[in-house]
Amino acid sequence: MSKYSNMTFMGYRRENGRVGVRNHVVILPLDDISNAACEAVANNIKGTMAIPHAYGRLQFGEDLDLHFRTIIGTGANPNVAAVVVIGIEPGWTQRVVDGIAKTGKPVWGISIEQKGDLETIRQASWKAKEYVHWASELQREECNISELWVSTKCGESDTTTGLGSCPTVGNMYDKLLPEGIYGFFGETSEITGAEHICQKRAINEEVGERWYKMWKAYQDEVIFAHQTDDLSDSQPTKGNIEGGLTTIEEKALGNLEKIGRTSQYIDILGPAEAPQSGKGLYFMDSSSAAAECVTLMAAGGAVIHTFPTGQGNVIGNPIVPVIKITANPRTVRTMAEHVDVDVSGILRREMTIDQAGDELIDMIRRTANGRHTAAEALGHREFSMTKLYRSA
Amino acid sequence: MSEIPHLLVHEHADNVGVVVVEGLTAGTDMLCCVTHDNSTFRLTAGADVPIGHKIALKDLKDGDTAIKYGEDIGKIIADIPKGSHVHTHNCKTKRW
Repeated sequence: MSKYSNMTFMGYRRENGRVGVRNHVVILPLDDISNAACEAVANNIKGTMAIPHAYGRLQFGEDLDLHFRTIIGTGANPNVAAVVVIGIEPGWTQRVVDGIAKTGKPVWGISIEQKGDLETIRQASWKAKEYVHWASELQREECNISELWVSTKCGESDTTTGLGSCPTVGNMYDKLLPEGIYGFFGETSEITGAEHICQKRAINEEVGERWYKMWKAYQDEVIFAHQTDDLSDSQPTKGNIEGGLTTIEEKALGNLEKIGRTSQYIDILGPAEAPQSGKGLYFMDSSSAAAECVTLMAAGGAVIHTFPTGQGNVIGNPIVPVIKITANPRTVRTMAEHVDVDVSGILRREMTIDQAGDELIDMIRRTANGRHTAAEALGHREFSMTKLYRSA
Repeated sequence: MSEIPHLLVHEHADNVGVVVVEGLTAGTDMLCCVTHDNSTFRLTAGADVPIGHKIALKDLKDGDTAIKYGEDIGKIIADIPKGSHVHTHNCKTKRW
């Protein structure tokens, strides 16, 4: 027993036993050309949310699998109470409905061909209204902190993230993973420079070897296959360099502070894959672009995201609250509306990492109870699909 | 710690530290803190260096390795006197 063992929050227990911290009714497009109908339904029926996106046509192979995994995973996330799916044609629309239906939650689909937008919107609006009435009567119930799935990815990093905000997240994982939470970290490209250390943080050699193989494949198939010049302007980014980060190695070492001192990852996930190996920390093979990475982790089942930032990344997500943590006093001063947890006291040596970790855990609990994050209050709903290659 | 540090250093093995105050000016007698054990030392800033940027803790030579977190973070590509600004103009990745 630790002081975190009896910590509870008020969450929504879903049909499959998972616990959500939000109660969204989502109008989900299968493809880009169904965005307009989804947005019209969300405009008609208050209390619903459309999640428009850019893809879903003429994809194939592994790229198509990832598309379905992302869309289905988003609908299946426990922060979502019910889903209306709209697609251009019935076959793939039904595939999304069937995927989400495995959770047991209410889901209904409709396709536009042979009806047109207006008739589709009419029928979907009636169903969305029914779902809003149903979902708005669901009650939160007391749940143990161990039932949370918490992801992390940092952005607009600088040297203060490695000194303050990333170790704060690491301290949180060191405290809550032993309680039984699920954790997600990733950002395959940004581990470059610290891959020798990341490999050693696997629970055993076999997992570490699989991790290294995944990282190496990314280097060979993406970076070396497509690079046209020295990547020093992309990794680190212009924002990173402005913030004082000089090399990818320096950035990677700061990034890896997010998994703390003692935490070890137990398995590796493909992009948007849900964990299959029980409670613990997972590495998800993912882009380091903030919106793409958070979208993939949400599709994998994370219900709260912890986001350390240095220079001030403003990202949010439609279905998962994104908690911003910064240790940079200039960012606290100039971008206060984006900051949920101010750990700049670490730089002044007025706050220890242990205290900062406890402050983050408290903010996770409050966010799980319903407190809107800065990104939610400011309307940040970035939903960005990862695409593996050109459509046919 | 009553006085607020100007510069933080992760590990004793490091040869660079990070400016953690805004508006640091050349000539400042900096309080430096090694976060590993909160031990302190003093160093004079050789330049105006922005918050978040690095300062050399000792004289570094072209070809040396920059050490931070006790790890290799890249190669030094110009001679850098102790107290000077270390960034992309004089330090570079070994990866690409």
